[in-house]
Amino acid sequence: MYVYDEHDRQFAVERVAQFRDQTGRALAGELEEDEFLPLRLQNGLYVQRLAPMLRIAVPYGMMRSAQLRRLARITRDYDKGYAHFTTRQNVQLNWPELKDVPDILAELAEVEMHANQTSGNCIRNTTTDQFSGVQADELVDPRPYCEIIRQWSTFHPEFAFLPRKFKIAVNSSEKTDRAAIQVHDIGLQIVRNEAGELGFKVHVGGGLGRTPMVSPVIREFLPELDLLTYLEAVLRVYNRYGRRDNKFKARIKILVKALTPAAFAEKVEAEWAHIKDSPTRLTHDAIERIQAYFTEPDYATLNNATDLLAEQRFENRQFDQWLTHNVDNHKKPGYAIVTLTMKKTGIPPGDVTDRQLEQIADLADNYSFGEVRVTHQQNVVLADVRQDQLFELWQAITPMGFATANLNMLTDIICCPGGDYCALANAKSIPVAEAIQRRFDDLDYLYDLGAIDLNISGCMNACGHHHVGNIGVLGVDKKGEEFYQISLGGSSHHDASIGKILGPSFAQEDMPDVVSKIIDVYVEKRTEEESFLETYRRVGIEPFKERVYA
Amino acid sequence: MPDLITLDGSIRNDDWAVVPRPADGDSLAVPEGQRSLIPADLWLAGHEHYAGREDIGVWFDSHEEPEVLAGKVNELPVIAVNFPKFSDGRGYSIARLLRERFGYNNELRAIGDVLLDQLQFMKRCGFDTFALREDKDITKAAKCLNFFSQGYQAATDTDEPLFRRRAS
Repeated sequence: MYVYDEHDRQFAVERVAQFRDQTGRALAGELEEDEFLPLRLQNGLYVQRLAPMLRIAVPYGMMRSAQLRRLARITRDYDKGYAHFTTRQNVQLNWPELKDVPDILAELAEVEMHANQTSGNCIRNTTTDQFSGVQADELVDPRPYCEIIRQWSTFHPEFAFLPRKFKIAVNSSEKTDRAAIQVHDIGLQIVRNEAGELGFKVHVGGGLGRTPMVSPVIREFLPELDLLTYLEAVLRVYNRYGRRDNKFKARIKILVKALTPAAFAEKVEAEWAHIKDSPTRLTHDAIERIQAYFTEPDYATLNNATDLLAEQRFENRQFDQWLTHNVDNHKKPGYAIVTLTMKKTGIPPGDVTDRQLEQIADLADNYSFGEVRVTHQQNVVLADVRQDQLFELWQAITPMGFATANLNMLTDIICCPGGDYCALANAKSIPVAEAIQRRFDDLDYLYDLGAIDLNISGCMNACGHHHVGNIGVLGVDKKGEEFYQISLGGSSHHDASIGKILGPSFAQEDMPDVVSKIIDVYVEKRTEEESFLETYRRVGIEPFKERVYA
Repeated sequence: MPDLITLDGSIRNDDWAVVPRPADGDSLAVPEGQRSLIPADLWLAGHEHYAGREDIGVWFDSHEEPEVLAGKVNELPVIAVNFPKFSDGRGYSIARLLRERFGYNNELRAIGDVLLDQLQFMKRCGFDTFALREDKDITKAAKCLNFFSQGYQAATDTDEPLFRRRAS
């Protein structure tokens, strides 16, 4: 993965000094609250219900074991001994003290981490597929482009005060989209044109939140070297013409829709014509320099351990289940991709203790070349595990709580921190997730149901991505009481769609029953081999409505 | 106009006055014997009258388009860009366009809700003087202009992004 050079290190050190100075002025009363607000947000610092919340950037989800260990230490020294993996591949601390934040940032900088632009109306952490570089079906590894975008967007002087936040995601797989690029402000799909040249299909104007939208394509093919100049053109058009009078209409999706995608694309092209040959145009040399950080680890030459695994599966049914659900194919023979699930019933989705962070670091060192990836589903991936070590790994992680074999199942819930922690939330989300997990505790039944995305957000800011859940749950406030609205049919993949609202909302205690009824309708209506989403798309929302509101 | 911050953080005093946009129906009142910054579109509308005057500059509000002055920018001794609220980032794009697209070479001034922590961004986008909001501590400007010794991107201050400097 990427390693800082002397320039990156200098930025990191100077940034800590700057934020220390800003925090000092804020505490001394030299900065008004509304003046300090964007400064602290651009350093990931929210003032929350119980304490400040610090969101630490994990660029495109990649972390080294030393970084995990440092995070563990920080949660012990400055927090309550646990951290939270977010739905944007980042990490959050829920209880730091404002006065300690500069010290925390200094500790992070020592291990090449930071909290830059993890919030605020600026360009946020660029995200991508957690299986980048190890899956067989991607065109090229997308991570070097993510790193190029990270550097370009870091402290960009023109785009630090955009109308609203701005999120870019990159995907390189033709078959899958684990990065949900069509619900980002910019989604980049890496493609080859007819001449075989590498480039990007550019989507602009997707997003969740109050006005969920699947993004239109505004350019079918953008040559690789033009990436940054084109992004600069999109951002400049947005910075100049995006709405600033109403924060609920300020995302780029509203501008794209208001102008129409075609007219928006024309404006971008006109702007781009002026700057496409500027020095910001990438060079092959610059791309190769970054790509050199993402070379393959020192893989052993192996054969697939097919017979061994078959034997181990035969002897141990739980291992068999785990292998089927939580382990994916690797591009190299003899290796496998393992997802550690952070979704044990009773633990808030994505929460990990300091000890668990250290355990993950040890696992990375022992089984996966010292690196991990955080997923937007709030799990952690060991991307390079030898197949002949899978059984041993499984035995090691089972007592740690990372082997719940429910990856992509109904209980692998994406869930925001909700009203238990977040000042923005209308309703709690964690207890709803837990109640649903308790209801569906039979793994065989879950496997029979197949892959179902159930996503929960505690408010319409949609951190839990409820719009793109096959089953989406949104916490709403009705005269001071917490209720939950359900939507069906959402998807964040290549067939992206926004879920449709089922009807009036439900009380918290009714949620497991409601989900059960929805699942019952699916089981009755499905044809063989049909997923929940496919059945929903075939039969429509009515049968679900009839059952739930009967 | 009170103290003004320059690019290196030093402070100088000057007497340019910002003439607000007149209310509908009123005409522009440019004070006699006072160096004045007037709304850019009104300067253009009165081009015959104002062109070549060393004591008249213009200002843009954040929603206005610098394109209207394309080809004429260097007739002006001073162009100011107003930040009605520090969180309104349109002025950064206006500044870069004036400098990089229209080749403006004279003084580019940030006015309005100009605070210390935005100076670094303004500098990189081509501003070279800054009228800090009066309640802010002007002695801290030099430090705030120089928190960073370089940038990742090309902008008005450098046409070499870091990836090109790394290669050399």
